[in-house]
Amino acid sequence: MDWLYVLMPIAGIKIFWPGLIILGIGVGIIGGFFGMGGAWMVTPGLNILGFPMAFAIGTDIAHMAGKSLISTMRHGKFGNVDYKLGIIMLVGTIVGFEIGAQMVMWLERIGQVEKYVRYLYLILLALIAWMVFADVAKKKRKEREAAAAGKEVDKLATGLDWAKTLHKIKIPPMVHFKEAQIYCSAWLPIFVSFMTGWLAGILGIGGGLIRMPALIYFVGCPTHVAVGTDLFEVMISGLYGTATYTYKGRTELVAAMIMLVGAAIGAQVGTVATKYIKGYGIRIAFGLCVIGCALSIILKMMAKWFPAYGGVYDGAATVLILGLVSGMSLYIFVRMMAGAKREIAAKKAKAQVSVAR
Amino acid sequence: MRKLWAKIVGLGVIATLLLPEIVAAAGPKAAPLVIVADTRKFSGWEAWWTNLYNESHLYFALLTVVIIPVVGLIFGVLADLIMGHIGLDLKSRELAEH
Repeated sequence: MDWLYVLMPIAGIKIFWPGLIILGIGVGIIGGFFGMGGAWMVTPGLNILGFPMAFAIGTDIAHMAGKSLISTMRHGKFGNVDYKLGIIMLVGTIVGFEIGAQMVMWLERIGQVEKYVRYLYLILLALIAWMVFADVAKKKRKEREAAAAGKEVDKLATGLDWAKTLHKIKIPPMVHFKEAQIYCSAWLPIFVSFMTGWLAGILGIGGGLIRMPALIYFVGCPTHVAVGTDLFEVMISGLYGTATYTYKGRTELVAAMIMLVGAAIGAQVGTVATKYIKGYGIRIAFGLCVIGCALSIILKMMAKWFPAYGGVYDGAATVLILGLVSGMSLYIFVRMMAGAKREIAAKKAKAQVSVAR
Repeated sequence: MRKLWAKIVGLGVIATLLLPEIVAAAGPKAAPLVIVADTRKFSGWEAWWTNLYNESHLYFALLTVVIIPVVGLIFGVLADLIMGHIGLDLKSRELAEH
């Protein structure tokens, strides 16, 4: 069974390469569907396969840049990427990220980094999960009220409307974002991207997990455009992260290439699946992912608080993350296949009708 | 008056955002651990790649940053061609939140 293992030239360890492809497929599906890089899933996955943590992070970022490019190409064809919005947000993201990273260095020097970063991550995930489900609840209430009044809710109507209030801030320059269908001050996306970049820098993540809901709830993008535009940002910040980590000598390009084989397939599945699932379906699935991520962090913290059961809690966190990745990928894959079958059947029926005429 | 205050507050926020060095995080950085790749086990392109890593992290990083998007582009185009043959409409979708 030696042929199932590849010796990594830089890390100097043998890795089970089918595991890399499976991880790439799973994260490609989830990333293409939610608009995330998936660092919170891939890094522990690579660590489990045998990579030392620094290599797991660097390799993940390298693969994430390539995978996001593939997903962005596909989302772009659907009209889901607002490049103007993405480029404007880059300014805030990079500045915010650097400030966040510098704050981590400062927290490390005063010996407080572990505590603050973990608790900040948990608070943030709880806030995101609350936002998503409060939004879903409010939207359902609007639908019930509309049904009671004998009316129909608009196709683009949403629950939480914070973005509409923020669009009223008229600080020039005012910009029209065509794909996102919003007209607002350029400072709104810059400020939002600065905050998400700052949080990503502190937490050491790509930022998709934070930026995607921020694009929806604060900038006011429709869900599909938030997914596509976020992937565009992840692609660029991923390349920047790749350069940094590779220069530090912590990227295993061979592993990243193997993962990209899987991610190329997964990203297509995840992106095309967004065609068949409406915006709120994506939001609910995202909310569940966020809750799963928060639970895995709590389990990791419990491993530290109760060292006697550390192995059990660590194992449970790993099982939870891998289970979440597998379960979510399978759900998205099944929905994509069902949607694709319906579309192809409808096309055939239409073709037969035209021939009959 | 309210609009004026909103503008002043907004400009104050912008001024804060435009000063990225406000956070005092200057200080000596810890030296990173140096890893040397073992080139003895490899031959051909793997040996060349591992030697490049040992000789220059800068060139290694530059090459990686070029290779990743190129390979991503190739895989993306290939996947595009395959998906196109399946018969799905890959150029449009209905935008709806619910």
